[in-house]
Amino acid sequence: MSIIEIKNLSFSYDKQKILENINLNVEEKDFLAIIGPNGGGKSTLLKLILGINPVKDGSIRTFGEVPKKNLSQIGYVPQNTNVNTDFPIKVIEVVLMGHIGTKRPLFGYAKEETMCAMGALAQVGMEKFANERIGSLSGGQRQRVMIARALCAHPKILILDEPTSSIDVDGQKQIYELLKELNAYITIIVVSHDVSVIMKYATTVVHINKKLTYHDMSGQHSDAPNRCNHFCEVEMFNKFREVK
Amino acid sequence: MFEALSFPFIQNALIAGVLVSLASGIIGSLIVVNRMVFLAGGIAHTAYGGIGVAVFLGLPIFLGASVFAVAAALIISMITLKHRERMDTFIGLMWAVGMALGVVLIDLTPGYNADFMSYLFGSILAVSQSDLYFMGGLLGMIVFIMIFWYRDILAVSYDSEYANLRGINVQFFYTLILILSALTVVVAIKVVGLILVIALLTIPVYIAEKLSNTLYMMMILSGIFSSIFTLIGLWISYEYDIASGASIILISAVSLFLFLGINRFK
Repeated sequence: MSIIEIKNLSFSYDKQKILENINLNVEEKDFLAIIGPNGGGKSTLLKLILGINPVKDGSIRTFGEVPKKNLSQIGYVPQNTNVNTDFPIKVIEVVLMGHIGTKRPLFGYAKEETMCAMGALAQVGMEKFANERIGSLSGGQRQRVMIARALCAHPKILILDEPTSSIDVDGQKQIYELLKELNAYITIIVVSHDVSVIMKYATTVVHINKKLTYHDMSGQHSDAPNRCNHFCEVEMFNKFREVK
Repeated sequence: MFEALSFPFIQNALIAGVLVSLASGIIGSLIVVNRMVFLAGGIAHTAYGGIGVAVFLGLPIFLGASVFAVAAALIISMITLKHRERMDTFIGLMWAVGMALGVVLIDLTPGYNADFMSYLFGSILAVSQSDLYFMGGLLGMIVFIMIFWYRDILAVSYDSEYANLRGINVQFFYTLILILSALTVVVAIKVVGLILVIALLTIPVYIAEKLSNTLYMMMILSGIFSSIFTLIGLWISYEYDIASGASIILISAVSLFLFLGINRFK
């Protein structure tokens, strides 16, 4: 069974079609990259999968149920991690937000929660920074903390929206290497502009611009444009690769 | 100066100063980290309409101001939900109408014209015993709510989108912060007055923010700084016979500049 099943999904906002007839299956331990132009509907699709926007036309099933039911199984890393950097908050407190309302004490944080948060920080290699102020970290470090926050609830799927948009090149590579490690036991969905990096790590690439087009990364060397005559950066990169 | 401490009204003023400082330290921190300073200004000036109504009808001032301030908080919370992009317009509207209503009603009140200035610039020396109970009760409630819901309020303030995903009722806590701000603004009006309320809610908080790693540390430090500024301001106002609200704010401002200067050359 696919862990995410999207069937005939359409979505409009103010009568403007944003997504049209999307069909997509995500399997366990996939590394799915979603690419496409700004305003093409990538973030909208994420919001539908996360249950932030309601599905009206078509259906989305995560683990066989409506998205709202399985929020705890999905870790989310939002797009802009550079907001609110003045906020007086320690790294560990940010990570602790990842816990859900269960088994919480009357006030403060339970010992298991703190241990679990430290574990998540160790996973992303940031445990030394637990008591630093979040604003004192670099963009890449902060992105790792946000990934730790998402890992805190032990999700089966990790969804990242433009995880490297505000990070320098070295930092970007480290983030993707980290995602590759996590991919050993977690399904990963990444929205990104950065085609060149995505090509190296993703197992499946879909292009969304209102409609969705698959790029199966196993058939990387096929000549022909894919099924629906769609030709985008992915094919272009494949061509370059052949020339080399 | 020490013989002054034996007067009951001075004792009341000192207690009120500390109670209000602690409350405004906690709430001011929330207002600043949530970028709500303009909202607090709107609430404060809307509250003036409530003061006018209370004076006109002969009701307790705190009651009138509280009802108007809380109503303003609820309206702002509703607007945020539906028309976030027009927020500044609506607040500007409430701000002006509240003030105008207050001025007109106080003008219309027969035989009343004395205490107009005291609401604009504070009248801490006129704090009564029942005012103190109101202030103490409010501070107690704020502390209780902060301890009980600290992590939710922290999550909503830091990253409301994520808090929503984690099943926290963001709208509820946002409204709660606004209502507590409204009530704090009302008691702060008594100490420093309507016009200077915003300074009390932001200056000590700004210094505390630079010195704290966590939100609760920022709240505690703000409360302490605010108390110190208020007590020094009161003493100066007594010694030199100047308005207490203004002298409290000027002491705060001078401290802020000193702090920024020292920080710079460190």
